[in-house]
Amino acid sequence: MEPLRALTSAPLDVAALVSAAAHAADQRAGHIGAAGALSTFVGTARGRTAGRPVRHLEYEAYEPMALAALERIAEEVSESWPGVTLLLHHRTGQVGPGEPSVVIVATAAHRAEACAASRYAIERLKQIAPIWKREVLEDGASWVEGATADPDDQAARAEARRRACA
Amino acid sequence: MRVTVRLFARLRELAGTGEIPAEVPEAATIAAVWDEVVRRHPPLAGHARAIACARNARHARSDTPVAEGDEIAFLPPVSGG
Repeated sequence: MEPLRALTSAPLDVAALVSAAAHAADQRAGHIGAAGALSTFVGTARGRTAGRPVRHLEYEAYEPMALAALERIAEEVSESWPGVTLLLHHRTGQVGPGEPSVVIVATAAHRAEACAASRYAIERLKQIAPIWKREVLEDGASWVEGATADPDDQAARAEARRRACA
Repeated sequence: MRVTVRLFARLRELAGTGEIPAEVPEAATIAAVWDEVVRRHPPLAGHARAIACARNARHARSDTPVAEGDEIAFLPPVSGG
């Protein structure tokens, strides 16, 4: 069975990960059908950036720290939405246009918590996980740079929560 | 004392390597480790802005003292997802 949090250089199998999250929720509850709602977010590699074709993306991670960040996001989700089970898998290495780079599955008894937790998790991942993306185009490549990672920045955390609950 | 420096993404490319053994004085801070790395890899000069740092894979401030055998990482702004 798939772990709940992982970095992997292998392609992400969305259906298998949704099943794994549902199974984990069932295990936790001690009965089948624990999740009345599973909210899945799949981030995929865009085939164009600013109108120019993208050959592929390359993801690099500081793996022990990135995995710790994914665990931290799961803990934060548990604090805000205690019944939610969170699966969070992120790719490393080369990801072609249309292929998933990240899969998040949040399970809950009801849809509101599942959707909010899933949105919160992707917002936090973009803020704090030490993972970097390089866009490889036909005529060159460049690193994408977003947020300066600071897990203790409470304003960033509040902003992620605001977006999740909007 | 000796520490291992880890660089990622743009910083790794600028330095031409992702892992650098560095010799720093006792009680040196993470900021001093950065200065030593820049001295040895001049293309990194001027790239300290917006960088986060970590000591042994945990976030740390640049004024944190380092110890023998530490792994010190410099993290450019992140872009996962």
